[in-house]
Amino acid sequence: MRDALGTVESVLVLGGGSEIALATVRALVAGRTRRVVLAARRPQELEAVAAELRAAGAERVAVVAYDADDVQSHAAVIGEAFETHGDIDVVLVAAGVLGDAEAAEHDGALAAAVLHTNFTGLASSSVAAAERMRAQGHGTLVVLSSVAGERARRSNFVYGASKAGLDAFAQGLGDALHGSGVRVLVVRPGFVHTKMTAGLKAAPLSTTPEAVAEAIVAGLAGTAHTIWVPGPLRYVFSALRHLPRPLFRRLDL
Amino acid sequence: MSTSPELLTGWGRTAPTRARVHRPAADAELAALLAGANGRGAIARGLGRSYGDAAQNAGGDVLTMTGLDRVEHFDAERGVLTAGAGLALGELARVALPQGWFSPVMPGTSHVTLGGAIAADVHGKNHHADGAFSAHVESFELLTPAGGRLTVTREQDPDSFRATAGGMGLTGVIARATVRLTRVESDRAVVDTERARDLDDVMDRMEREDAGYRHSVAWVDCLERRRLGRSVLIRANHAAAGERPAGAYERGRSLAVPPGIPGGLLAPLTVRAFNELYYRRAPREQRGRLEPLDSFFHPLDGVRDWNRLYGPRGLLQYQFVVPFGAHETLRAILERLAAERRPAFLAVLKRFGAGHGMLSFPSPGWTLAVDLPAGDPSLRRTLDAFDEQVAAAGGRVYLAKDSRMRPELLEAMYPELPAWRAVRERLDPERRLRSDLARRLGL
Repeated sequence: MRDALGTVESVLVLGGGSEIALATVRALVAGRTRRVVLAARRPQELEAVAAELRAAGAERVAVVAYDADDVQSHAAVIGEAFETHGDIDVVLVAAGVLGDAEAAEHDGALAAAVLHTNFTGLASSSVAAAERMRAQGHGTLVVLSSVAGERARRSNFVYGASKAGLDAFAQGLGDALHGSGVRVLVVRPGFVHTKMTAGLKAAPLSTTPEAVAEAIVAGLAGTAHTIWVPGPLRYVFSALRHLPRPLFRRLDL
Repeated sequence: MSTSPELLTGWGRTAPTRARVHRPAADAELAALLAGANGRGAIARGLGRSYGDAAQNAGGDVLTMTGLDRVEHFDAERGVLTAGAGLALGELARVALPQGWFSPVMPGTSHVTLGGAIAADVHGKNHHADGAFSAHVESFELLTPAGGRLTVTREQDPDSFRATAGGMGLTGVIARATVRLTRVESDRAVVDTERARDLDDVMDRMEREDAGYRHSVAWVDCLERRRLGRSVLIRANHAAAGERPAGAYERGRSLAVPPGIPGGLLAPLTVRAFNELYYRRAPREQRGRLEPLDSFFHPLDGVRDWNRLYGPRGLLQYQFVVPFGAHETLRAILERLAAERRPAFLAVLKRFGAGHGMLSFPSPGWTLAVDLPAGDPSLRRTLDAFDEQVAAAGGRVYLAKDSRMRPELLEAMYPELPAWRAVRERLDPERRLRSDLARRLGL
């Protein structure tokens, strides 16, 4: 159970290979989180992480197979995590792909694949998790969105569009869950230095997985429904969102 | 009976969860409700004054008992009263006082039900003299999943009695109780008020003189660093007949705090100013002032919904007890509260006598209760450290107030936990009685 200060005891990560997710789980286990379920496409690759989390104090760490693309499987996979491991306080929806922005711009199948994973797959997973948490009467669904979804930028609009869709979906789901005891926390990081973004040009106000993790842990304790990392991006994107198109294009973001 | 899904919190307004809330109107409905609970179980709820999650049950059933509040029998000769578990202690006093009787134990709020008073084994300002609430309970009726409806007395089934007193509602649903009341000749208390300049001073006075008072409590200013533990000591006895006959249990003025107060109102500066004012306003020494029992026992009941003052993130109360020898633990905790400038509205210091139930909070020693805003994340580390210090000193934190304690310290704090678990295994082997507190702490 989440306690009065927002400390959580259990977490399920969808997309357990994500660096932001792992940084978050490490931060939670350093606190009072004792049960962790890591769901990932290649679970065998997470055994070392699981061992590390056990050494750090987690009492139960399970690694299970989960594929964001396989929407038919979500209800069963997520349902089983709740059945096997009991109440889950936090579900962290962290799967996703960046895709090859330039290729996706010219290849409809590639664009659709990014949208399928980041939007369709995560929307389906979020619904499955929300249903379980609704039944248990409590929980927080943390959805990793991105500032890229606040306004699609020329350089990565396919990814941006997928995050815009996911972000809108998560907000709506949060409203639908109002009063159910379940909260949806939408996290909008800026440019995060990870293996997914290695080699890309870092945007201003770039951040790290650890900083995002810290913001998520703080967000769990608070009452906000949306957080930006770093915080000032909220205002930057609020302004960018309203720039006239010709001006926005010329910024070449 | 009505049933509706509701988002529930305790008095601290933290960690809301949703449950199906039933309001049984007749005792006969209780058994069916208990039997019909889904896999997430059921828990009884009274007036919701537990600060944390003791009367919440996420995804399960919550039985609100306040409709079952009938006074079924009142023997005004012997001062023995039988009532439904939903009867509030304030109502009990209103019924009993004109006949010259009073609740044997009055906690800081009168909005506590009979069932809740037993389940949390509540204490009052008179614990050093009279013990906790369960010490005055002759019998209660307990609906248990495995044993059916039991009439429990201390003599015939001491295990069930001692597991239910302080058992946080997890051994069964208390349907009704029979309580021995306290004889009073007047509806007033004779109150002595004095200022104590620091912790040594207040503890010394309490140790030397508490035996002469039925009720004793000190309000400690936790933000005062130079004179750590400066306090206003308030002690009283019930007035004798000549001074004023027993009359009505008066309702004090009723102010109300509106909803929508933002967080941050109770910051160190405002709280410090309040505490300073409170200390200065208190008489240096005043003897024999007559005060209505209601306002003496429940100064905060005059302000409805005062918990809203803490804003949307709510509050928590940290209440612990340490043995009499552990002065230094108490001092260290006060020092840290003051050093960190925790906006603690007046903390309450009391002395406890012997305890009763297996999970009852009171045990011989000093108890301190501090209200704190829950919105400050840095509080976590501080209170976790306090838990360690309290457990190491042989003390414990109060489950009815708790909303965040370290679960791994539960067994150290409550050494009778294995015995309690054995009784619970007998009365409720399938864990039909569940609460968020039980889930959070692995009770």
